[in-house]
Amino acid sequence: MNKEVIIETKGLDLTFETNDGPVHALKDINLTIEKGDFVSFIGPSGCGKTTLLRVMADLEQPTGGTCTVNGVSPHEARMKRAYGYVFQAAGLYPWRTIGGNIKLPLEIMGYSKAEQEERVSKVLELVELSGFEKKFPWQLSGGMQQRASIARALAFDADILLMDEPFGALDEIVRDHLNEQLLALWARTHKTIGFVTHSIPEAVYLSTKIVVMSPRPGRIADVIESTLPKERPLEIRDTPEFIEIAHRVRDGLHEGHSHG
Amino acid sequence: MKSFAPVLTVVGAIFVIWYGAAVVLNSAWAYDKAKRADVTLGFSEMVADTWSQEKPLLPAPHQVVKEIYKTTVLKKITSKRSLIWHGWITLSATLLGFAMGTGFGILLAVGIVHSRAMDMSVMPWVIASQTIPILAVAPMIIVVLNAVGISGLLPKAFISMYLSFFPVVVGMVKGLRSPDAMQMDQMRTWNALKPTMFWKLRLPSSMPYLFPSLKIAMAASLVGAIVGELPTGAVAGLGARLLAGSYYGQTIQIWSALISAAVLAAVLVALIGLLQNVTLKRMGMLR
Repeated sequence: MNKEVIIETKGLDLTFETNDGPVHALKDINLTIEKGDFVSFIGPSGCGKTTLLRVMADLEQPTGGTCTVNGVSPHEARMKRAYGYVFQAAGLYPWRTIGGNIKLPLEIMGYSKAEQEERVSKVLELVELSGFEKKFPWQLSGGMQQRASIARALAFDADILLMDEPFGALDEIVRDHLNEQLLALWARTHKTIGFVTHSIPEAVYLSTKIVVMSPRPGRIADVIESTLPKERPLEIRDTPEFIEIAHRVRDGLHEGHSHG
Repeated sequence: MKSFAPVLTVVGAIFVIWYGAAVVLNSAWAYDKAKRADVTLGFSEMVADTWSQEKPLLPAPHQVVKEIYKTTVLKKITSKRSLIWHGWITLSATLLGFAMGTGFGILLAVGIVHSRAMDMSVMPWVIASQTIPILAVAPMIIVVLNAVGISGLLPKAFISMYLSFFPVVVGMVKGLRSPDAMQMDQMRTWNALKPTMFWKLRLPSSMPYLFPSLKIAMAASLVGAIVGELPTGAVAGLGARLLAGSYYGQTIQIWSALISAAVLAAVLVALIGLLQNVTLKRMGMLR
């Protein structure tokens, strides 16, 4: 079955000009993300995983090659508000309530008041934050704030969700719980997700496809199609299949290093 | 407001130093008078004299309080000898100048934040403007505006504005730039336009920076208005009272005008503090 291609990069190159000379952040990235994929980008810091996600979001401009999102350039996709982006920090506005924060993109995009209310309560339910609409961000824990920021990215009709180490600052227990919730959310919403992480278990647990990257210059070392079923209880992490995939990811990371 | 004890201690210390200084500074004149009248002055008589002279070098606090009471409560507000009347003259120029300075300062800050050209070209002038002593500029502003037929309130307000726009520009530039790269990127992912970014992100982010600037601007405005009253020939206002007092050696009058100006400034700044608390509380930024 041929699935619809959502994001495609061909020979993507990106070199930053810095004061210490050029930095080759991305080199010859060829990648296809299909509809409904959950793709993780994993690698050591400096491997360009965040930069790649930012290129897809039109927050960085490639210096070579092409990138298409929904068949158009990342710029056009951004103009059409094709994706929701979740940053490392929740980035909620302290002067807005949780509900007000989620409404923010909806206000910018011109949704009607009634629709704003409806969508806010819908996405708050999705991230299990119903009842927190009128709370201010500082009244919530870090994990809850990050869930609110995911809700904000889900509030408008974008089929793509780009997430840049969204749970990186959270402790292991909260992280496990949020990973479980994220999978459930992905199953319910059928979004296409790009997810940057530096945790091997997180990448293997979440993804249908794992992109292993290596640094200097940032490039793809391995692409692993996950054989794990779509239903994934947390216990799946103890199965031989899970451990095998994790092993391959680790190998990919090692190989990338020895080449570099 | 948690404890008055530290405040009262400081006030007490000020009074002790003030009374002591009055004795030291005014004693020469007290002894001089006694010598001419051929009387020898005991210590307690000398102290009593230093605290009750008509034109002392440094009037004692109770003399100033008495003078303020006499010129506020006991005089009709419309009287030219009423400190309230003079105070209002200064206050109206202060408030007008403060409003103009704040408006001008915010406009400049918005321009500086949004235009690199303005950032490079305007900011040095803004800083240069404050290095010129206001006492040198004030008479020229008064004279020039008078020549084109503008007199009274407006020239003084201009001087207030000249002093008060500066802290607002500096504070607001910092405040409007306070959103970090991530917050700006976030706005870009929603394809937000610059005006949207301004109203929904930059402006609310700048509020904690605005109010401290406004407090400084208000105090500077009052100074501006008082300075603006000096070259007008000491007609009206707290500045005029200061100048007239110095012409005639009326130190008590000078000090009562000074204290009134200080109280006025304290009240105005406290009002802004109140406004700050209410605003930030409503924005959920005060916990």
